[in-house]
Amino acid sequence: MIPLSWSILLGVVLFVIGAAGVLLRRNILVVLMSLELLLNSVNINFIAFGRYYADFRGQIFAIFVIAITAAEVAVALGILVALVRNKSTLKVDDVTMMKG
Amino acid sequence: MDQGFFLLFATVSVITALTVVLARNPVHSALALMACFLHISAIFVLLEAPLLAVIQIFVYVGAIMVLFLFVIMMIDMREAVLQRFLPGGNLPALALLCLLGIEMLVLVLWSDRISATAPVATRDGDDVRQLGTTLFADYLLPFEVASVILLAALVGAIVLARKEWE
Repeated sequence: MIPLSWSILLGVVLFVIGAAGVLLRRNILVVLMSLELLLNSVNINFIAFGRYYADFRGQIFAIFVIAITAAEVAVALGILVALVRNKSTLKVDDVTMMKG
Repeated sequence: MDQGFFLLFATVSVITALTVVLARNPVHSALALMACFLHISAIFVLLEAPLLAVIQIFVYVGAIMVLFLFVIMMIDMREAVLQRFLPGGNLPALALLCLLGIEMLVLVLWSDRISATAPVATRDGDDVRQLGTTLFADYLLPFEVASVILLAALVGAIVLARKEWE
């Protein structure tokens, strides 16, 4: 049997690595990939707790997270393609059209 | 046996996740992310969620990574590849990350159930059948909302990525 804390620790490590990718990398593609990593580490926690309490809701929420992630990636990559067509850059810091 | 496999898959997934963040070339990042998702799906199997493991492989490795690789193929990567990764370049973000990691580790390690091994409850019977029944009976409305969101994302992606129309 796998202890619950092992899965939680794996989720923590993957979450911190993904957050590091989001905060420190300047390439938009790598930022999006790190976002996937963040959502996946949350899924590990959902499934680990669902197994611990013998409750299906953990797995069901993980399914919904995966579906919403697919939608998010499709829209984000569409925006990325439109951005590259208009501005020809992949660096996060160069995208200041909205004065952000 | 289970624990050994879990440690193996967890180690490989952490190493590939680090490769995602540290690699200079986004193609290498995408391939490392694919390996990371495969190992996480193996961990799902160890956590007794085989359906989620299959969905993970279908959706993440099959669909999302192909989408990423297609976009990398479509856009010109040459200038973007040349930038280096500087961990010390953004000190506040780095400090925030250390704080976040230490906080989560402390919270997990201080929990009084840290050493709990056996689940508090066990389930019996056909897991996938019960999961499907729960999903389509109790969670029917969220399921339909998710399908509407997917449709909206499909239309939105097509509208965003098409050429400018006059």
